[in-house]
Amino acid sequence: MVEHIHRAYDDELESLTAELSRMGGLAEVEVVDSIRAITRRDVALAQAVIGRDARLDEIEIDIERRAIRLIALRQPVADDLRRTISALKISMNLERCGDLAKNIAKRALVIAQTDPLTPVTRSIERMGELVAGRLKDVLDAFAARDMDRARVVWQRDQEVDEHYDSIFRELLTYMMGDPRTIASSAHLLFVAKNLERIGDHATNIAEIIMYEITGEQLTDQRPKLDSLER
Amino acid sequence: MNTLAPDAFDVSVARIDNRKVKLAVQELDFYYGKTHSLKGVTIPFAEKAVTALIGPSGCGKSTLLRTMNRMFELYPGQKATGKILLDGEDILRPGLDLTRLRARVGMVFQKPTPFPMSIYDNVAFGVRLSERLSKPDMDARVEDSLRRSALWDEVKDKLNTSGLGLSGGQQQRLCVARGIAVRPEVLLLDEPTSALDPISSAKLEETVTQLKADYTIVIVTHNLGQAARVSDYTGFMYLGELVEFGETAGMFTKPATKRASDYVTGRFG
Repeated sequence: MVEHIHRAYDDELESLTAELSRMGGLAEVEVVDSIRAITRRDVALAQAVIGRDARLDEIEIDIERRAIRLIALRQPVADDLRRTISALKISMNLERCGDLAKNIAKRALVIAQTDPLTPVTRSIERMGELVAGRLKDVLDAFAARDMDRARVVWQRDQEVDEHYDSIFRELLTYMMGDPRTIASSAHLLFVAKNLERIGDHATNIAEIIMYEITGEQLTDQRPKLDSLER
Repeated sequence: MNTLAPDAFDVSVARIDNRKVKLAVQELDFYYGKTHSLKGVTIPFAEKAVTALIGPSGCGKSTLLRTMNRMFELYPGQKATGKILLDGEDILRPGLDLTRLRARVGMVFQKPTPFPMSIYDNVAFGVRLSERLSKPDMDARVEDSLRRSALWDEVKDKLNTSGLGLSGGQQQRLCVARGIAVRPEVLLLDEPTSALDPISSAKLEETVTQLKADYTIVIVTHNLGQAARVSDYTGFMYLGELVEFGETAGMFTKPATKRASDYVTGRFG
């Protein structure tokens, strides 16, 4: 990219992007660790995830402050404007991912006190790996300005939905079979729902990246699976 | 990046399909003596809309503006070839009545050019050249023009004082009033706010926005924010060529060419 006549403008845009990459890395770790806290019944790790969430909130505020300053002082247009708006929107999505991971970690604390439901936990682990992978892919796509990678994440949200759907059925079976599992099953159901939402945020980020690169807003519907409609 | 990207010479000129084109410049070449300063410029100007011409100094935007009322013919050694169609009629054709053309296509310059006479006479001056109006009709015309140029409230009690006593911003709006008093169809503005303070500039921009209900306006500006604020269409020129033309919102969110993108984002050079 050709440099701006005002060098400081380049520095500001670059540091905005750098902050966002840092935030992405942190959010990714939060999600991965929260799933681990569930599958390994690791109370200390769950508490660490809960404690680190404040950091993500701080970075989000910092990114917002930088973006507002850029808009006010530099009046970005064209690709600079799209970059600034994208940073703002992506940071909001990452902050939500952090909140959802924190919520998973809180449930991990409760679940650790109950009898393990090993087969469902395995399903959660697989779904968690898938979702964390999506988040990683989309953040890599952001770092590399890679349209194709962003599109792959955007198109494949359906797999996450399928996982959620199957965990939902699995947990229903448990709850009907043994009412003593209802409390932990309900928590695991929320964990799965949170993972599904993190997947949605990854999809949102993919849309934002595609907008930043092309300047076109996506209008066509992506493949969707909705368990309530079947 | 120091090498030219493959798209470094891209040109993108959008068509205007959904509204009437008032003024159509077609394959226009312009020469200052031997200097070829406009190269095959084709650009439409939509009726009752504001079109901004932007580009670095010397890109030809003021030259293009001055061909549209044949102002350039006041100077020797200047030549325009191609077509400029005003409602379909080629205004570059020899034998055209220039006085009538300039009444139809008015112009306001970079620096305010009030005449050394009263505010009233400044506005009435052009009208007296082309029309014979009764005193009440002329009064009404002067008032209407001053109202449209957003100056009336500031000068209505001192119409007989000299136009030279107004502030720079007021003088420029006086020139706009003089320009529109002859009821032109097209108004050409050549960097009309470059000598004005921000408040006066904002008032002139507001004037331009209101005038577009009745006029076709072409504005040359170095102020990209101004182009973004007041215009419906924007043309980006570089080295005598029209590089990109399209709706202003598109030019500032998603330019089609690399050169326009580098210019509007402040990367040119």
